[in-house]
Amino acid sequence: MPFGEIVSILLEGAWVTLKIVALALPLAAVMAFGFGMLRLYAPKPIKYLAVIYIEFFRGTSALIQLYWIYFVLPFFGFSFDAMTAGVVALGLNIGAYGTEVVRGAMASVPKGQYEAAVALNFSSTQRLWRILLPQALVNMIPPFGNLAIELVKATSLVSLITIADLTYRAKSLADMTLQVTEIFAVVLVLYFLFAQVLAVVFRVLEKKLSRGLGRGGLGQ
Amino acid sequence: MSQPLIEFQSVEKRFGDTVIFKDFNFSVEEGEIVSIIGPSGSGKSTLLRILMTLEGIEGGGVNVAGEPLWHKRTPNGLVPADKKHLHKMRHHLGMVFQHFNLFPHMSVKRNITEAPMRVQGKSKVEAEAIADELLELVGMTDKADMYPNELSGGQKQRVGIARALAMKPAILLLDEITSALDPELVDEVLDVIRNLAKKHSFTMLLVTHEMYFAREISDRVCFFDQGAIVEEGEPEQIFTAPKEERTQAFLNAYMSQ
Repeated sequence: MPFGEIVSILLEGAWVTLKIVALALPLAAVMAFGFGMLRLYAPKPIKYLAVIYIEFFRGTSALIQLYWIYFVLPFFGFSFDAMTAGVVALGLNIGAYGTEVVRGAMASVPKGQYEAAVALNFSSTQRLWRILLPQALVNMIPPFGNLAIELVKATSLVSLITIADLTYRAKSLADMTLQVTEIFAVVLVLYFLFAQVLAVVFRVLEKKLSRGLGRGGLGQ
Repeated sequence: MSQPLIEFQSVEKRFGDTVIFKDFNFSVEEGEIVSIIGPSGSGKSTLLRILMTLEGIEGGGVNVAGEPLWHKRTPNGLVPADKKHLHKMRHHLGMVFQHFNLFPHMSVKRNITEAPMRVQGKSKVEAEAIADELLELVGMTDKADMYPNELSGGQKQRVGIARALAMKPAILLLDEITSALDPELVDEVLDVIRNLAKKHSFTMLLVTHEMYFAREISDRVCFFDQGAIVEEGEPEQIFTAPKEERTQAFLNAYMSQ
């Protein structure tokens, strides 16, 4: 098969991968913030619920989670199409790691900031939103960038539940044409480009957010 | 004599098994400037932190402006203070911290305007007018748009003072405000406090290691050791003719440095 044709088929797969990332990333962010905050501030029973979610999704394999959502849950009356299952599984999985990022970043804000906020009589909501979170956010960006890249790489798992993503197309093309070297070289480059774009986006974000915090995007 | 503005009555304070205060009594009159001196670990800062509601108490009571700080009056007697009560009581108090604790993500000006706007509901125009006035008072007008990490320690602390004053507290708590500064920057901060002290428009309670400064501005000096006031009196008497042996030993050690 001509090289141009291989590339164009792979690019179609890359487009699917991109869609999964674009949907799973916001889900992961919502889960990370939501459950990270619950873990930190919710009353006990709810806090334990958050801990169960976090530990479960961190402690089991992403592939098995994906299989559960796609193959097993239908037996309990919850059916998803492959795309939804893939997005949900990856979003929940990466989100669980994200909760720890949120927790760590909140803990990294010096105690004096909380005390100054109390002394100035800010309400607990204001303390969180106006004083603590803006500072913690800057510390979250680099590890979130890592997780986003993890997510891109993890999307290749969805090829195992029949989604025609980049990895899936590469494998079927390779089976068909046996042009293994070209195909997997292109795949490698495409995943790498994805990751690089995300890395740049997160670096710019970090720089933007860190004005005044004395960190010129060096991620210290 | 009228009721004291601040009153500690048989206060007990512990950190785990460590007793900081036991049956501790202390009071400050309105408009009074009181310095607290003494070795570290003697409970000086804890006293301020209890007043600023950063530390709770295990027994006894604290009154501020005639109202219990850590308790709330109800028809059935005193109950532990809730969030709302603490919020109300904090209006009386402002605090300047040893390590400044400025908000690093806000400009100097916003550090000062944020609480008046969000907590007291002042308009932006009002809050900025107050900030401008205070920045002038502390000599930081030209730094209004800078961020805390662009300032020297002395400048940061002057902003810290302006930020506390913006809330117009009746009581200003100064917790070792020059301890984290390089020696050459101490005076610019103390000058600000000197000016405030001259006007006597606040009740000031300061924990300090600057003995000359304490002597100069205070109405009363308290020597603290091991959670108790060992000796208190007019600054002249404390610094020139301390009665207690422990006070003498502490001051001698200090002055010989």
